[in-house]
Amino acid sequence: MADLDAIECWQDLALGCSIEKPGNSCDFQTGDWRTGQKPVTDKEKCIKCGLCYILCPDAAYAPADEEGYYDWLDFYCKGCGICAAECPKDAITMIEEEAS
Amino acid sequence: MSRRIGLEVSLAVSEAASACDVDVIAAYPITPQTHIVEHLSELVADGKLDAEFVPVESEHSAISACVGAAAAGARCFTSSASQGIALMHEILFIVPALRLPMVMAVANRALSGPISIWNDHSDVMAQRDTGWISLFAENGQDAFDLTCLAFRISEDPRVQLPVMVNLDGFTLTHVIEPIELLSRDEIKQFLPEFTPAHRLDPSRPLSMGLVGVPEVYTEARYAVEDAMLKSPTVIAEAFGEWADHFGRRYEFVETYRTEDADTLLVTMGSTSETAMTAVDGLRQAGRKVGLVRIRLWRPFPFEEFRRAVAGAKTLAVMDRCLPFGGQGGPVATELRSLFYAGGGGPRVVGFIAGLGGRDVRRLDFADMVDIAESPGSEAQLYHMIGLRVS
Repeated sequence: MADLDAIECWQDLALGCSIEKPGNSCDFQTGDWRTGQKPVTDKEKCIKCGLCYILCPDAAYAPADEEGYYDWLDFYCKGCGICAAECPKDAITMIEEEAS
Repeated sequence: MSRRIGLEVSLAVSEAASACDVDVIAAYPITPQTHIVEHLSELVADGKLDAEFVPVESEHSAISACVGAAAAGARCFTSSASQGIALMHEILFIVPALRLPMVMAVANRALSGPISIWNDHSDVMAQRDTGWISLFAENGQDAFDLTCLAFRISEDPRVQLPVMVNLDGFTLTHVIEPIELLSRDEIKQFLPEFTPAHRLDPSRPLSMGLVGVPEVYTEARYAVEDAMLKSPTVIAEAFGEWADHFGRRYEFVETYRTEDADTLLVTMGSTSETAMTAVDGLRQAGRKVGLVRIRLWRPFPFEEFRRAVAGAKTLAVMDRCLPFGGQGGPVATELRSLFYAGGGGPRVVGFIAGLGGRDVRRLDFADMVDIAESPGSEAQLYHMIGLRVS
């Protein structure tokens, strides 16, 4: 169902409304109803512990990159602020987003 | 070679599931369905049926286990009644939505309250809109045949919908009748091996049971309706082939002495046989009365029903269920709207009878005909039969 644009009529649905292409929930942009705040990580303070990645209730941090940092994913983040609250080094700050 | 043997109808239903070589049975015992699953558990325990028997902790789990097993590609059977069906309610909608074939025998029993273990149709009527194809048996042979037919219809790639076979609790389930059983080899000629149209398979990943966002929910619901509307073609084919193989012919709507009848009784289930004897008596007395029995309740066979009652002036429709605060029984309501929409149809007079095990006698049918034929009786939403009043 992720590829909603490809479904033009009821006949386009798979039998039983199943999804035949696995893993496509990643295609759903769920960050577009964010609270209005987003986290910003100060890489000077970050110790690459990964708690933001572990504690995020969605999947709004990517696994560690080559340098060991956990990138924030605008596509999924709801702006709950758990990462900022739990960061042991206070490296994450929630900032107001500009109204779209 | 098959032969007729004296057998309790419940056991005939179990034998039908066994003859269809089911893979998974998940069921919870409830009166008056108990003997059906009890006998199936014996067949499995005795090594006569190679199936998984899952003795679940509730009917909600029974139907859920069947959903899981059917999704994995198993031929599934379950059975329940009354409160058990009610407990299955939310999952009953899921099965057709996922387009999973499955068969359930419903040993029709009244709903609480007051608590009643006895027969009527309130359990199945409360599940009318769940998307299950719904067939009604009138006797033990019907119950055996329709259970086998149900697998064939349900699994047809053009259908892929669950089927419930209704048989009246006690008046059928607990009665010993002469029934011709068919062997697994005989059924094999009629019922091909189950090839699921889709199933959970690690080598071909698939997600079932998902969120339907507003952009697709309407389409997903219509897809089930479309399957339902197209299923009569397959059901008719299956009925035809059954007749060719085994000599017993079923129709969506069956008639009894309807030729030149002015008034037709309309029934479903085992009371149809009592109604036949009532019609015989009325005919003998010179009354132009016949009987129409609905075998396929969902999807409702509108055209076949119109043809079956063509020429009749009055329909006396019996419901074995009293929905509160509405227009009366579901069957009468269905028919009243059918003929209102078309215009020019017969008068539809609704009756509520046979609730919670109350016998419906020949003289009750004669009363229904008398009331139905009296001028203006169709203006009343429904007539209670046998209600004791002060």
